[in-house]
Amino acid sequence: MLNIFKIAFRNLLRYKRRTLLTSMLITLGVVAVLLFIAVSGSFKAMMIGQITDSMLGHLQVHKKGYMASVDNLPLNRNLNGKQIDKVRALLAGHEAVQAFSMRIKLGAMFSNFKETTNIRLNAVDPVAELATAPLLVDRILEGDPDGLLQPGEILIPELLAKGMQVKVGEAIVLVANNKDGSVNGQTFVVRGILEGISGPGGRDGMIHIDDARSLLRLEEPEISEIAVRLHDIAALPRVSAELQRELGSATNKMGQPVFEVHTWEKISPFFNIAKMIDLMTLFIKIMLVAIVLVSIMNVMIMAVFERINEIGTIAAIGTSPTRIMGLFVMEGFLLGIVGTAMGTMVSLAAIAVMNASQISFDFGRQSGLLLAPTVRGADVVNIVLIVIAIAVIASLQPAWKAARMDPITALRHV
Amino acid sequence: MALIEAKDLEKTYVAGEITVRAISGVDFVIEPASLVAFIGPSGSGKSTLLNMIGCLDPPSRGSLVVAGQDITGFSRRQAARFRGEHIGFVFQDFNLLPVLTVFENVEYPLQMVQNWSKARRRARVMEMLAAVGMADQAAKYPGQISGGQKQRVAVARALVTNAKLVLADEPTANLDRDTAGRIISLMKKMREEFATTFVFSTHDPRLVENVETTFVLEDGRLIRNDLFTGGAGHA
Repeated sequence: MLNIFKIAFRNLLRYKRRTLLTSMLITLGVVAVLLFIAVSGSFKAMMIGQITDSMLGHLQVHKKGYMASVDNLPLNRNLNGKQIDKVRALLAGHEAVQAFSMRIKLGAMFSNFKETTNIRLNAVDPVAELATAPLLVDRILEGDPDGLLQPGEILIPELLAKGMQVKVGEAIVLVANNKDGSVNGQTFVVRGILEGISGPGGRDGMIHIDDARSLLRLEEPEISEIAVRLHDIAALPRVSAELQRELGSATNKMGQPVFEVHTWEKISPFFNIAKMIDLMTLFIKIMLVAIVLVSIMNVMIMAVFERINEIGTIAAIGTSPTRIMGLFVMEGFLLGIVGTAMGTMVSLAAIAVMNASQISFDFGRQSGLLLAPTVRGADVVNIVLIVIAIAVIASLQPAWKAARMDPITALRHV
Repeated sequence: MALIEAKDLEKTYVAGEITVRAISGVDFVIEPASLVAFIGPSGSGKSTLLNMIGCLDPPSRGSLVVAGQDITGFSRRQAARFRGEHIGFVFQDFNLLPVLTVFENVEYPLQMVQNWSKARRRARVMEMLAAVGMADQAAKYPGQISGGQKQRVAVARALVTNAKLVLADEPTANLDRDTAGRIISLMKKMREEFATTFVFSTHDPRLVENVETTFVLEDGRLIRNDLFTGGAGHA
């Protein structure tokens, strides 16, 4: 094996320029893929962080059927006290759960004493909400973000504030339909203006959960949704499956499930963008495979063609077809190794430079987001293995041709 | 026992609708430790015969026994193994591997074909290089030595596996007169030292003068067998 390696290595050095060009092509491919993975991964992670940490949480628990009619903000599909206790006990005892926030979602009439319009509201416990959606404070454009809000205060979406010409500190009135059809009104002071973001609930206002209970005249504890934040988003599939299993076993008197658990991916349309990024990564990988396949196959076909006489010689003196094949496969393997090593080094250096350069970008209405490209070790290993495997596969056909070559014909070749 | 015994040997090639009979009805016997030459005009079948003896090209008909084994039905793999164990080759163009040094070229069959240990390889290669007078050039690459030196290395490579048969196709064709003479002397010396049979295909009268047996081919048929050591004879 060592001798095969030595001969293959020297044959590569024999055609230095060609080896260099092929290695550079592979290097370029590896750099393109790793940089794309790093940058798109950073973008994706940042966007997911923005969406989950400023509104959705990593996953949400609702009463079965709530999400299907979430546009209507139904009050008759809230979780009751017993159900809330069950979920609370489960979440509080789960090692992966960092925080959770109980929310009442409601629709109301919003009046500034001159005009009236509709508003969608999330009623929250400020402490729990900030623990679950820590970036929420960054969405407060005007007003004091400290502590989010107090009972009697409201955060209103910026479009509503502009449209109704409402300013921080002014009083407004919310009038809401209760579950039984009666109407109740309550005065609030505008605590702040909330930046709108894309996705469900991104243009909702916010009030204290105690105010929602009094506005809706709720006598029993009721909750529309429970947003959950995990210590590590990587644990999301596992935790989601566990909660589905635990809560899925709970059924009502009719034997139907009581709860539904949704990860952020099922709730936010941004997940489709994230999937698009993954798809683009796949296509870039396919391009890399094509580059490696074509360049190595091309160079190995040339190598076989140029060394026909040598192949005849080594075949004549008794080298087995397997070893002849091994000589050429080893050359392809070495080209793959060299190209991958160079590509990985260049990529890591480029990522370090990009991080040092503090490149910022805008996403939707958010600007000045810092790009922090990183590449996981698993991704590097994945790319390295793909390139080396393709390099070997690309060498197989020329190597097979060399191994099957008739020694007499090969020896006659000039 | 004869080293090579051919009976009613025939080789035909089919090119499209044309069948070419390259060798036809050839019988011969070659004894161990002899120097033998196949001579004849171009296209007479010399190289074809050498290729068949060397397990590079199977006969179409007849029997061919080399070193006690009937080689006519060998598969590619069996033929490669047989060549590696029993036959050495010397080519007109020397055919040394340019990426290997002189030492490594001679070592190649021991390492890549016969799997000798490193210590044994080293000793054997140095012994062979000393025998052909190339020990002091061991570290050089083929591109750094002369044609005559290359052919010496090729002879060493052919003999390094203790092959009892060396097939040499026009070994002196690309060498000047003096160098060719030295190579012929070297091969005669090697025959004496290692009891190796050298079978040549050649046009070179200097080489023919130095062999013991000459088989003359014409149009694929063996028309004469001259045994110089024992007088001229006919096939």
